[in-house]
Amino acid sequence: MIDFLGSQNFIAIIYLVASALFILALKWMNSPATARRGIFAGETGMVLAIGGTLLQLGVDGKLQHLAIDYTWVFIALGIGTAIGIPLGLVQMTAVPQRTALSHAFGAFCVTLVGTAEFYLRTPNVQPFMMSVLCCEVILGGLTVTGSLMAAGKLQEVLPQRPITYKGQNVVNLGLLAIAIGIAGYLVHNPGATHLYPVMVGIALLFGVMLVIPIGGADMPTVISLLNSYAGLSAAAMGFVLGNKLLIVAGALDGSSGFILSVIMSKAMNRSFTNVVFGAFGQVAPAAAGAQEARPVKSASPEEAAEILGAASKVVIVPGYGMAVAQAQHKVRELYDLLTKRGIDVQFAIHPVAGRMPGHMNVLLAEADVPYDHLKEMDDINGDFPQTDVSLIIGANDVTNPAAKTDKSSPIYGMPVLDVERSHTVMVIKRSMNPGFAGIDNPLYYMDQTLMLFGDAKAFVSNIVKELSNSHG
Amino acid sequence: MGSTLIDGLFVFMLAGFIGFEVIKRISPLLHTPLMSITNALDAIAVVGAIVLVGRHESKLSFVLGVLAVIAATSNIVGGFLITDRMLRMFKSSRPAKS
Repeated sequence: MIDFLGSQNFIAIIYLVASALFILALKWMNSPATARRGIFAGETGMVLAIGGTLLQLGVDGKLQHLAIDYTWVFIALGIGTAIGIPLGLVQMTAVPQRTALSHAFGAFCVTLVGTAEFYLRTPNVQPFMMSVLCCEVILGGLTVTGSLMAAGKLQEVLPQRPITYKGQNVVNLGLLAIAIGIAGYLVHNPGATHLYPVMVGIALLFGVMLVIPIGGADMPTVISLLNSYAGLSAAAMGFVLGNKLLIVAGALDGSSGFILSVIMSKAMNRSFTNVVFGAFGQVAPAAAGAQEARPVKSASPEEAAEILGAASKVVIVPGYGMAVAQAQHKVRELYDLLTKRGIDVQFAIHPVAGRMPGHMNVLLAEADVPYDHLKEMDDINGDFPQTDVSLIIGANDVTNPAAKTDKSSPIYGMPVLDVERSHTVMVIKRSMNPGFAGIDNPLYYMDQTLMLFGDAKAFVSNIVKELSNSHG
Repeated sequence: MGSTLIDGLFVFMLAGFIGFEVIKRISPLLHTPLMSITNALDAIAVVGAIVLVGRHESKLSFVLGVLAVIAATSNIVGGFLITDRMLRMFKSSRPAKS
């Protein structure tokens, strides 16, 4: 029995089962009805894999200080759990920065293990193994700092405004080239240990430089990209350790991040290469300045409530502004009141609304809006001509009709929600200041548009108050 | 040695394709929970770190291993926890309250 438990076959079978469970976990994620079963599958796979590893370690004859090392493993597992629980309990509005932080943690683990393996194995490392190892720590290292930068920007500890300078791409690609050059040298001279910290240092620096030029609106793409890097570095670690479970998990995570990045870059009309080479965030300064103040129509909460109450179909378009103002619960109250009056209320979710893929869906689900009322852009765009009122809450670029008509607009070609086709458009916005992308939105000057100036949460709750008083 | 690496490449390619096909089908509705669960699954790297601590081949590898176990475990626990919290919130249309 002990022999079997300690054998390579035993652990290989455990890892095989865990791999299957991981794939099932993702398969079940395709519908909210089965998704929680997916979590259970993932957890089971994880417990099996960790349990099997611990068991194998225990019966492995090579251990020298068995008890001490076991104790340390459990202490580390305990500390990790203590850190993980609060990270699992953050507010839903903080999910983007939490996700960025967890990419950093995952990549940190991979980089540390890669570093340990490097020093354990040099100078007897096969060229292929060394290239994979370098791949692992370069990807891991840049993901650590890149994700920390992204988390800092999302948490607004760091300035959200993109920082750009001349020759930025040259500097960044130069840094990457140096890191790869060192990796190439190490492949042929595995004994050159003094170069290893330099390579890791450059990878860490590259991660910072990569995220510096990225503004808040580009965060969904960046988070997806870092997700992909974190997965690929874990897969590389699987190669180094000869661990197929790790290769599978890394490949799944890598392809997930890759698909999300492609979806996000399509939704912003950027080519994927444009995103990969870090050219994002460099929205050309809009040809602003010459803009004279054009007249806009504004309305009070009373008027807005009256128009909404008289509608038969309303589409609500949420954006990052809703998240910032924490307005999602008030929006749900508005949804409830209108629905109770027999008004058809739908939510139009643009793929890049918010700060990460699916951000708006999670916030609205938290506020108890049923998910079958959350519509993707392609499913709802055809409905706008029959819509009486489109209510835009804290969204801007994703509703900008200039993306369809104005070739000089920096966002020309980006797929947008056709809100201007609805009979009335109402926009809740703090002021006429354009967002930090600095792109003017012609929607605001159209005849059917009413601007509702104020804080999203306060304004929506005023509308709710009016509606519940009037009892239409 | 060589064949292990080739085996690994096969596994990587197949898992990549499976991931691509499976994840492509996931509705944008669930993209945030998808990202948090893949994050948790990715933290399976913890097994590599555990072995590193257990083998205790050098002081450095031991210390790095302990730190790596901490980082990965926090991702496992936090990732599954938050994914579960998010998914519990997704509800279908319910009958309007009277």
